[in-house]
Amino acid sequence: MITTTGLTKVYRSRGRDVTALDGVDLHVREGEVFGVIGQSGAGKSSLIRCVNLLERPTAGTVTVDGLDLTALAGRGPRAGRELRRARSRIGMVFQHFNLLSSRTVQDNVELPLEILGHSGADRSRKALELLDLVGLADKAKSYPAQLSGGQKQRVGIARALAGDPKVLLSDEATSALDPETTRSILRLLRDLNRQLGLTVLLITHEMDVVKSVCDSAALMENGRIVESGTVGELLATPGSELAAALFPVGGAASGDDRTVLDVTFQGEAATQPVISQLSRTYNIDISILGAAIDTVGGLQVGRMRIELPGRYEDNVVPVGFLREQGLQIDLVGQEPALVKEGAK
Amino acid sequence: MQPLLSQACWDTLYMVGWSTLIAVVGGLPLGVLLVLTDRGGLLQNTVANKVIGQIVNVARSMPFIILMVALMGFTRSVTGTTIGREAAIVPLAIGAIPFFARLVETAVREVDGGLVEAVQSMGGNTWTIVRKVLVPESLPSLISSTTTTIVALIGYSAMAGTVGAGGLGDIAIRYGYQRFETELMWITVAILAVVISLIQFAGDLAARSLHRRGGRSGPGPRLRFLRAAPAPETETV
Repeated sequence: MITTTGLTKVYRSRGRDVTALDGVDLHVREGEVFGVIGQSGAGKSSLIRCVNLLERPTAGTVTVDGLDLTALAGRGPRAGRELRRARSRIGMVFQHFNLLSSRTVQDNVELPLEILGHSGADRSRKALELLDLVGLADKAKSYPAQLSGGQKQRVGIARALAGDPKVLLSDEATSALDPETTRSILRLLRDLNRQLGLTVLLITHEMDVVKSVCDSAALMENGRIVESGTVGELLATPGSELAAALFPVGGAASGDDRTVLDVTFQGEAATQPVISQLSRTYNIDISILGAAIDTVGGLQVGRMRIELPGRYEDNVVPVGFLREQGLQIDLVGQEPALVKEGAK
Repeated sequence: MQPLLSQACWDTLYMVGWSTLIAVVGGLPLGVLLVLTDRGGLLQNTVANKVIGQIVNVARSMPFIILMVALMGFTRSVTGTTIGREAAIVPLAIGAIPFFARLVETAVREVDGGLVEAVQSMGGNTWTIVRKVLVPESLPSLISSTTTTIVALIGYSAMAGTVGAGGLGDIAIRYGYQRFETELMWITVAILAVVISLIQFAGDLAARSLHRRGGRSGPGPRLRFLRAAPAPETETV
């Protein structure tokens, strides 16, 4: 649904070139919720703003719903008619909502329809329908300043849906909201994704957002996509930073002479009594440092951090045994670098 | 004395009213253009921005009485005369256009860039952004700017007496200063004070009522008055 190839964005400031995007290849399938996560300055914002060409990429192409937007954009700095029409088919929600304070909630939702040239009756019917969909039917005549943050974002979402988009871009839509409101907004996005078959590309610095709504995710660092895939694939990737951050288990080694392993169970494997088998077969004592079972992206996943006596070299055989059981084993040599939370 | 004063009052309002109208019609697009053509603006054009900015700066810093004299030829070609109320409107309006344009520029610059981006993401063009975002969102400030302009124009219009346009300022100078009729001068001053207060009050009320629909309560009218009033005085010198 959304494909970028070799997307590059270089900003020139005071004679110095700053590379925000460094050859990003992204592929978002139709109907999925795709999360791009990264620290501030990793290039997430530039990426999402390049998708609807609010930011002109320096090089590379962006294709949305089969339409090559970079080709539509032309060479001039201003958006031509065709690009503007394509943009109207891509909804966008913003961190700071960006509602017009001079207009009522309903008039805000009608704005995209005004731009599309719909008639007055048509606009108000559609706007009320959308406000109903996001649960704000009773606030149609209020002004944005009279709403809470969560309500404002619901208006923002209703507005983004006014042009019947197939794609919704979410630029840190929940970063200005408290955890409870964040959950309700994410639930709404998830529902819309299911009900309307909407493809959602969201960027965030909060791992919880990816964990609760995303089918797929990508990790960005220094303008590059470092890891990317469906949540299941990521969890099955040995040493995946994203997987470790999505599903962290704590616990440090109790001494130098120990081997610490992260064991990840998915689906069937979770039912086998592997740890006791391991203990009996090799006659070793196993300490469990941490364990958790959770649902990540709709997938039941278990992860356990265990400690075996002796160095890794001494434990090659037991580790092989665990791998044979279809478990994913990650050696915890050094702590996997978690994606740190950082305010935008 | 009364017909003299009521005529002067009417003359002042007539000149100020028309020149404000022209200043708003001319200054609004100019101010918006100053923002749009600026670096990073929607119609970024450094040359146009520099040229407009320079014209506005020069016209704004020109003492009004000199502007009036310098524009005499132009005034004659527009109104057919250089004397009287109509003739005074021309320099008043031309003096007020750049003044208002700068105020518009400041007001429009205050509009959150995120709103512009939001409308761009909906497929809106520059004209849509001006009509649906920049002007409506800065409307409370634009109304305050108009109030400031009217008050400044009342100040400018005192000099219009030199071209025989009459008005309150003219009375104060001719009767009060030149003929030592202090009483008449003080009455004129009182009328001017009342007129200016009324205009300021009405303008603040309008701006505040627009603000209030956003749920925020803007600064009170008295506070605004204190802040807004001294500005035009420096312009009238």
